[in-house]
Amino acid sequence: MKNEIIITVKDLKGKHHILHCPTDMGFTLKDMCVAYELPMEAVCGGMAMCATCHCYILNDIIGIPQKNDAETALLSEVMTTTANSRLACQIPLTNEMNGLYIEIASE
Amino acid sequence: MIETDILIIGAGPAGLFTVFEAGLLKMRCHIIDALPQIGGQLSELYPKKPIFDIPGFPSVLAGGLIDNLYEQIKQFKPGFTLNEYAINLTKIEENLFEVTTNKGTVHRAKAIVIAGGLGSFEPKKPLIDEISSFEEKGVNYFVKNPEDYTGKNVVIAGGGDSALDWAIHLSEITSSLTLIHRRNEFRGALDSVEKVRLLKQKGKINLITPAEVTQLHGNETLEAVSVEHEGETKTIKTDYFIPLFGLVPRLGPIANWGLEIERNAVKVDNSTDYSTNIPGIYAVGDINTYPHKMKLILCGFHEAAMACQSIYQRLNPNKKFVLKYTTVSGIDGFDGTRKEAEKQVVASID
Repeated sequence: MKNEIIITVKDLKGKHHILHCPTDMGFTLKDMCVAYELPMEAVCGGMAMCATCHCYILNDIIGIPQKNDAETALLSEVMTTTANSRLACQIPLTNEMNGLYIEIASE
Repeated sequence: MIETDILIIGAGPAGLFTVFEAGLLKMRCHIIDALPQIGGQLSELYPKKPIFDIPGFPSVLAGGLIDNLYEQIKQFKPGFTLNEYAINLTKIEENLFEVTTNKGTVHRAKAIVIAGGLGSFEPKKPLIDEISSFEEKGVNYFVKNPEDYTGKNVVIAGGGDSALDWAIHLSEITSSLTLIHRRNEFRGALDSVEKVRLLKQKGKINLITPAEVTQLHGNETLEAVSVEHEGETKTIKTDYFIPLFGLVPRLGPIANWGLEIERNAVKVDNSTDYSTNIPGIYAVGDINTYPHKMKLILCGFHEAAMACQSIYQRLNPNKKFVLKYTTVSGIDGFDGTRKEAEKQVVASID
């Protein structure tokens, strides 16, 4: 479908969820995880202030924006950060991200 | 003991506005909050960020909205128990509840409104296996009494404002102060970073970056920490380790009050009055849940108004609830003030 992508999310229990995500509404990856009621707290609402939308990018997908300073700094303080860590609230969804596969990080 | 009509748990926007709606109905309120200041997330997480969806405010800073809400409610003289969180709730009799805080402050109220937002904020703990055995025995997640650290060796970890601020402050009184951060860059205010740099030059702060505390050592109490720095591990003798990695919200003790909980939120009846499964206890704002719940401040305001009229009817079963418009009826504060619209002068034309 035009302006809709599919994202696969692995939750903390290892269960996979298929998310159908519109790309023309200005939603972020965090917005869709919350909309699908996945176990992502996203406390601060998307301001890169709390790191409760921490996730791991599991496949190579083009179009994911680079981390900005705020995201880099915040992730550096999270104990479970790895090289593929991102804050879902800082990833606006675009058509190029179709097929993205992520895992929700534990705290 | 603190006695009031409505005890509000949480001093965020929904909790604060509950005071206003209750005040219009002549009910007095007292608010408990775990944080030392009012405003909840808005003051703690994003006071300088704008909000664009408060009706009537094209843009308002979160901190400014809290200032305005306080200005709006202060005539109703709310009481505050700040820096304490509610632990126990007991129903004494019909329309009388008792709530005790972690510091033992006892509150009695005829009704309870839980406006706890995301819950109480608790410290993020570093992933160090033995850390729980050293809690309160050298490991502290908050600096409660700075004077406790006078003449002691202290290690602080973290890269945000609280780590920087406490490092600056405590370095004046400690025997030694080490600040450890996983990166070379700090996330706090620029002037704090500059102060730390100067204190490092003066030898008042031992700054180790990029580094991480990986192990704690000691028998009964903390004696040393292991620090991993550029591939090497070294041991630093210390009396205290203070990890300051920010706060995360938890529903906390509210979860044990017998309330119906769903997905970390308190289930309420949204078709009527935002009451919980316990008569006399209501939940408003981000802490409640119901079908199609939207976690928006403006929804919290509506919920507060509905809960207050229900409490009024509950406490005054023989009085008829009459909806008042503030423009028409004015507002009588509990402090003796009165606000009212200017009376229209009717002039006749001869």
